[in-house]
Amino acid sequence: MNETVPATGAVNRLIQELNKLPGIGPKSAQRLTYYLLRAPEEQVRLLAEAMLSVKQTTRLCSVCFNVTDSDLCFVCRGDRRNHSKICVVEQPQDILALEHTRIYDGLYHVLHGALSPTEGIGTGDIKINELLLRLRNGSVDEVILATNTNLEGEQTAMYLSKQISPLGIKVTRLARGLPFGTELEYADDVTLTRAIEGRQEF
Amino acid sequence: MSNPRNYQTEAIIIKKTKLGEADRILTLFTPHLGKIQAVAKGVRRPKSKLAGHLELLTHSLVSLARGHNLDVITGSQTINGFLLLKSDLWLTSCALYLAELVNQFTADHQENYSLFQLLLATMQRLEQPGNNELLLRYFEVHLLSEAGYRPQLHQCVVCHTTLQPMTNTFSSSAGGVLCPECGEDQSMASPLSVNALKVLRLLQSDDYPTVSRLKIDSSLARELDEVLRDYLRYLLEREIKSVAWLDTLRKQMREKTLLPELSTAREDTG
Repeated sequence: MNETVPATGAVNRLIQELNKLPGIGPKSAQRLTYYLLRAPEEQVRLLAEAMLSVKQTTRLCSVCFNVTDSDLCFVCRGDRRNHSKICVVEQPQDILALEHTRIYDGLYHVLHGALSPTEGIGTGDIKINELLLRLRNGSVDEVILATNTNLEGEQTAMYLSKQISPLGIKVTRLARGLPFGTELEYADDVTLTRAIEGRQEF
Repeated sequence: MSNPRNYQTEAIIIKKTKLGEADRILTLFTPHLGKIQAVAKGVRRPKSKLAGHLELLTHSLVSLARGHNLDVITGSQTINGFLLLKSDLWLTSCALYLAELVNQFTADHQENYSLFQLLLATMQRLEQPGNNELLLRYFEVHLLSEAGYRPQLHQCVVCHTTLQPMTNTFSSSAGGVLCPECGEDQSMASPLSVNALKVLRLLQSDDYPTVSRLKIDSSLARELDEVLRDYLRYLLEREIKSVAWLDTLRKQMREKTLLPELSTAREDTG
């Protein structure tokens, strides 16, 4: 539909740009465009500025590669953090999820991806060497592998474990078991096996 | 097609791509329906009932409903989750390589029952102790036969004379072995030793229990790897992505930068 409309006029241009965003189809793009057209100019200006500044001022933390607007991210800057623990995650969003629990007080390391041989993502494409360098320099005594529990995440965790253990650092993996609020009946074999293996005294 | 709206099939999940916020498109390799693509709704959410049964390299019984474009997965039950394989970095990587090859060499909806059996058997054999480099070669040779690219190993592809026990030439573009005379002015060809030819013939015609008793030294293993790799690459007209990763792991295992227990399954590679 959208291809037949020529890219002339500010309205069509905005529709096409919005259409490129994830989860926004042609109809949603139209709806947003006409909403913005009617919205107060001040609101639209704030949105435009916010979008620009997210690109211009954010960068990656020089220590853990989390997104930040200064040299160090809010975790690495924090003075109450335990610097002897590093939690390895695949993407910055995972840090937000873990921080929300308020239970972890150590540092993080963002890999920005996971090893995926079939997609051609190898050790050089994600921040693995940076992590190893960080471990060799620092005084870390535990690395918590918090990559996703799918095949790529598991592979990445196995690879990291092989690389880190020789450095004499304790390597742990997040427990894998039943998610809260689900029924046992529908659990798959892998999850159940891990849940039984990792059971704890109650 | 006058097919029922809902159907059930065994399948091995050989590829997955993200779709939208929480969905995935899975590539399933099935015994009787060939390779099919299907949508798995909501499997990227943590509470998904399907997700664990639809991970890559899982052998599952899958229920599907016909959709407009792609079929939609409505249920799944694991038959074999290949847990042993998935808890070993090297074996997982090997299995991903098998899955990538199957995906590249098959077309949608083309039934290939024996290739399904070959993939399943090879994944099971990866979980047994043994020489899994040789197992990969066995898989490659039989995959080529199943896909219609069985290399000619008994007579010269050009002049049809029976090959003599001497160093011949393997030509990817000709799809087989050339005698020394015909192979002389071939550009896309590499020399093939007598032993390598013998092993290739054995791989092609014998069953795995016989093949697995072979003892192969490292230089011969490398030659076989190179010949088959060139041929596969020539046929696909592209690099096989997981090969680069296998090479990285091989190199690290040789240099012992990875801990030894990773390489236990490969001890007799020499």
